[in-house]
Amino acid sequence: MPQVANIAVSILFDGLAYAMFLFITSVGLSVTMGLMGFVNLAHGAFAMAGGYVVVTLTRSFGVEFIPSLVVASVVVGAVSVVFERWLYRRLYKSTDLEQVLLTIGLAFMAIATATYFYGPIPKSVPLPGWLQGDVNLGFRYFPSYRAFLIVLGTALIAVLWYVFERTNIGAKIRAAVDNRRMAESVGINVDRLFTLTFAIGSGLAALGGGLAIQLFGLSPSFAVLYLVLFLIVVAVGGLGSLKGTLLAALVLGVFDTAGKYLLADAGGFFVYAVTVAVLLIKPAGFYGRE
Amino acid sequence: MRTLGWLGLAALAFTVGGGAQAETIKIGVVLPFSGANADLGHQIDKAFDLYVKLHAKDIEPNKAEIIKRDEGPPTGAQAKTVATELVTNDKVQILTGFVFSPSAIALAPVVTQAKVPMIIANAGTAWITNLSPYIARLSFSMWHPAFPMGAYAYDKIGCKTAAMAYTDFPPGKDSTEAFKTGFEKAGGKVTEAVPMGSPVQVPDFTPFFQRIKDAKPDCMYVFIPSGAHAAGVMKAYGELGMRKGGVKLIGPMDLIPDNKLQDMGDAAIGTVVMGHYSVDLENPENKEFNKAWHDIYGKDSYPDFMSAAGWDTMHAIFDTIKKLNGKVSDGEKVIDAMKGWTSEGPRGTVMIDSATRDIVQDEHAMEVVRKPDGKLGVKILGTTKGVKDECKELKVGRCGS
Repeated sequence: MPQVANIAVSILFDGLAYAMFLFITSVGLSVTMGLMGFVNLAHGAFAMAGGYVVVTLTRSFGVEFIPSLVVASVVVGAVSVVFERWLYRRLYKSTDLEQVLLTIGLAFMAIATATYFYGPIPKSVPLPGWLQGDVNLGFRYFPSYRAFLIVLGTALIAVLWYVFERTNIGAKIRAAVDNRRMAESVGINVDRLFTLTFAIGSGLAALGGGLAIQLFGLSPSFAVLYLVLFLIVVAVGGLGSLKGTLLAALVLGVFDTAGKYLLADAGGFFVYAVTVAVLLIKPAGFYGRE
Repeated sequence: MRTLGWLGLAALAFTVGGGAQAETIKIGVVLPFSGANADLGHQIDKAFDLYVKLHAKDIEPNKAEIIKRDEGPPTGAQAKTVATELVTNDKVQILTGFVFSPSAIALAPVVTQAKVPMIIANAGTAWITNLSPYIARLSFSMWHPAFPMGAYAYDKIGCKTAAMAYTDFPPGKDSTEAFKTGFEKAGGKVTEAVPMGSPVQVPDFTPFFQRIKDAKPDCMYVFIPSGAHAAGVMKAYGELGMRKGGVKLIGPMDLIPDNKLQDMGDAAIGTVVMGHYSVDLENPENKEFNKAWHDIYGKDSYPDFMSAAGWDTMHAIFDTIKKLNGKVSDGEKVIDAMKGWTSEGPRGTVMIDSATRDIVQDEHAMEVVRKPDGKLGVKILGTTKGVKDECKELKVGRCGS
């Protein structure tokens, strides 16, 4: 294969895998922000919590990696409901500043708690044999784990798209994002809808956290380290938009990988350049409402 | 009356004791205990504690009081703050520890002004020892492993071309510069140098390595801060199937820290590093050191090259305290007493060079192998005795000043 094509394939493949991680982790944040306008900076903490559940299950209880991922998303999704009912709902009508203070406080408490129980040293996770090494796709080899990320991400996107566009509950969510007061006046219980989407979003974040262990390693600082990236994905994609979040994750994932591959000296600069460019042209993001 | 009598006796004891009066020497230890690199701090801290525990009696009647502080992230700012506090508030007489070069670089002017000796247990940027006459280094310069690796890679491993990938901070540039100098002198060609972001967090190494894999050099020389980064390097290298693709992984010993090696799996086998320590080094002091370590920290905890340097660092400090009878308030005398210090440690024979205050030690080429007992270990391929910091010998860049 010619060198240029080979490079392009490398970048697209790694960028796509990275984009899937970004999408899975950020989509919940986008929908909850779009639905309630609630600024949840503790989103990264839910992702981190998911990661630690996976580490505990695989390392201490000998559970396989894939079932651990499922358990982690369910457990974290369920626990997030407690937080939502008990803390978040008190601040729905409050200003952005109060919401930010509450949630960033939660994030820092989560970091301290994780450090207390797991220590500051990054954790790794044992993978099943079929996710290690590389896989031959006919014309060249690809890392198996990243191929798995792409497949899983694509499947999730399909499911989410179906729920969002084709089911009753999806129609209600879209209606509430578009116009909350109107949705409420036709009898949609936006409060309950929010609890549901919050739980699903946090569960997906936990899944993302579990998937990220193999990419970056998992340490307590995960809760805020990658938060900026998630917020960028949400802002570039537009609040509450599934399509937007996906597009933003793809663009940022591929650009970041391409930047590191082609111009390592400029490092992580590309993500920010793309963000600034997009927001200059479309201040509400790709699919945000102006 | 009785109390008075006791007091009198005590007073008498003090007068008679006179010159041999027991001193408490305050030693400030600055190591990273938080963040992605906390692991490195713990590796040295455990060695310090072990040495103090086993050898406190060596400096009797004097006592050492260890005060520990968190070095923080590898940027130097926090290290400078806590070390300055140690000097001004806690009045420590000796500073030691320092995993990160930026910390040592930031602190050099402080120790010069305060005249407090700074005994470096890790930070390896070559020219650090030139920054202050109060610095002595017991660990290594980046040039110690990297420079001989250059010639070794060309002559023995068969690398005609090599790409270099490094974490973008002073020791990374230093290590790759040293390797390049040695490699090109021997006749090799460095095809590219890829910076891989800051040391603060472990990046996803895949895009950087993929680029190198596609460029197909014979060898890839990697420098990263040891610990969590090393595990990440091995993971990406294995995942991308680079060994199969014909790109050999080489580097300094930071790539295969002993305490991470067992987790690295088959991807690590065949990696060749240059370094001055491995738990597999055959010498009586190392056997004893490993035994004492396992006795206290358990059989699954391993010392690594940082721990070995930590052990020698505390050894040198204690020997100096003994030599000066506990009178260590004059920083200049402490450093003078350390010049020419030599000992048999876990690393073999080590010495402080009087001229540069830097370490002189043996360097070994080591290959990762699966040992008969199923564990990963290293095979010593060759040894160079008494290696000095070539950066200062050759007066390269800032090493010449």
